Amino acid sequence: MENIYLDNAATTKVAPEVFDEMKDYFSLEYANPSSAYKFAGQISAKVEEARAVIAKMIGAKTREIYFTGGGSESDNWAIKGVADALRAKGNHIITTKIEHHAVLHTCEYLEKNGFEVTYIDVDEEGFVKPEVFEAAIRPETILASVMFANNEIGTIEPIAELGRIAHEHGVVFHTDAVQAFGHENIDVNEMNIDLMSASGHKLHGPKGVGFLYVRNGIKITNLIHGGAQERGRRAGTTNAAGIIGLGKAAELAQQNMEANRKYESELRDKLIERVLAEIPYAVLNGPRTQRLSNNANFCFRFIEGESLLILLDMKGICASSGSACTSGSLDPSHVLLAIGRPHEIAHGSLRLTLSAETTEEEINYTVDTLKQIVERLRSMSPLYEDFVKNNK
Amino acid sequence: MSQVTEYSEKVMDHFMNPRNVGEIEDAAGVGTVGNAKCGDIMRIYLDIDENHVIKDAKFKTFGCGAAVATSSMATELVIGKTVEEALKVTNKAVMEALDGLPAVKVHCSLLAEEAIHAALWDYAQKNNITIEGLKPPVTDIDETEEFYEMEEE
Repeated sequence: MENIYLDNAATTKVAPEVFDEMKDYFSLEYANPSSAYKFAGQISAKVEEARAVIAKMIGAKTREIYFTGGGSESDNWAIKGVADALRAKGNHIITTKIEHHAVLHTCEYLEKNGFEVTYIDVDEEGFVKPEVFEAAIRPETILASVMFANNEIGTIEPIAELGRIAHEHGVVFHTDAVQAFGHENIDVNEMNIDLMSASGHKLHGPKGVGFLYVRNGIKITNLIHGGAQERGRRAGTTNAAGIIGLGKAAELAQQNMEANRKYESELRDKLIERVLAEIPYAVLNGPRTQRLSNNANFCFRFIEGESLLILLDMKGICASSGSACTSGSLDPSHVLLAIGRPHEIAHGSLRLTLSAETTEEEINYTVDTLKQIVERLRSMSPLYEDFVKNNK
Repeated sequence: MSQVTEYSEKVMDHFMNPRNVGEIEDAAGVGTVGNAKCGDIMRIYLDIDENHVIKDAKFKTFGCGAAVATSSMATELVIGKTVEEALKVTNKAVMEALDGLPAVKVHCSLLAEEAIHAALWDYAQKNNITIEGLKPPVTDIDETEEFYEMEEE
């Protein structure tokens, strides 16, 4: 096997149809969409087409979709922009311990600037409990941000209910849907979402482009001051090719969503079942259901994640881990710690994220390879040696 | 950051084909250092003859690629040396022998040096001898037994 790509939560391959749609907008249709002539007008029309596709997909109005440079930018804008706009109303923000760093570090930044942030706990499968969420709301709470689905362990949060609770208390509700948009059905009205972040490259679109949905009437400060692009809220020359690619990717994702979910979740379940049955001392992180269809995440006791990743890489398998060594910090994944995994077990984590192109053959090869690698690393592990001696 | 491209060829070689993995039964000295909480534990076994010469060394390591490679290199460097000479095998020597380590992995070489020292300390204690310059090692292993029991229920 040459290259088995099981890191689709990190990024995805640009679909050939998406690339086809984009490729004319570099050297042929290169006009600035904001310009007045016809040459620009047709590009601007394509950009607006993409906006309409995305708006329709999530039940929004086209003018509620603002294109950005990606998921992290959208998260930063949503949180800082609403906090800034509502500063006179209150200074308290609620989020969770398992958010992406684009949310967590933005909240930490706001804490240094006079805001108070409550990072609520999740349960052992990564779910936010509505009663815990509600209990965190104070009179001065202005904003709550809860991710739609977790990027590491795949947990799909009860967004509609959390949004309903937020609204009952007059709190603006943001969700980071970077992992969910194009993979799960989302309706911003039914789900009580006021702001939603998404990124193109998680659904076979290009990198460097995303959007923020902002419900009409929600107060938010402008992100980039400059020209009139994105209704003056996010200035800067329109990334026409990127946006057109994102629009095409969204259209394809919508068309194929049910089929992809079915295919991926069946393959994912086979993967989970084989790993848990065939590799001793392995645990699944995250729930069995209410989980992103392409996500599997395990901890293998007595071994460390970076070693595991390198050995998988040597066998042609691309995966990721929440070990400290792979994050460049001393602590393993904050998500695995938040669901109660002890440090040394969190260090031995492995995330495998599938796509509709992943084959059963690839999954079987991966499990076969993984079995050998885990066994090899355990044979070198002093923790395993102690465990075996203590259990004789 | 790709681990594979950050590591030198020597580090990759010692990770992919580690030398001296294993245990020594009734070893003259055994040292375990590190902390599972931080993601690295090294255990080094030494076989030492009556002339204080290290005849053999083995290791077991829980940790990243650099942790395995530095353990492997450290055992290679001390085999054939007297205990006094082995004490002078520094983390810098381990790093140089591996053609360097990424900055974030330098602590692995410190751990390898510490593991050798811990094994020498164990040897000195068992034989009631003093090795000049050798300090008691810092060992700090967190087993978190509670979670293990919980998972097995």
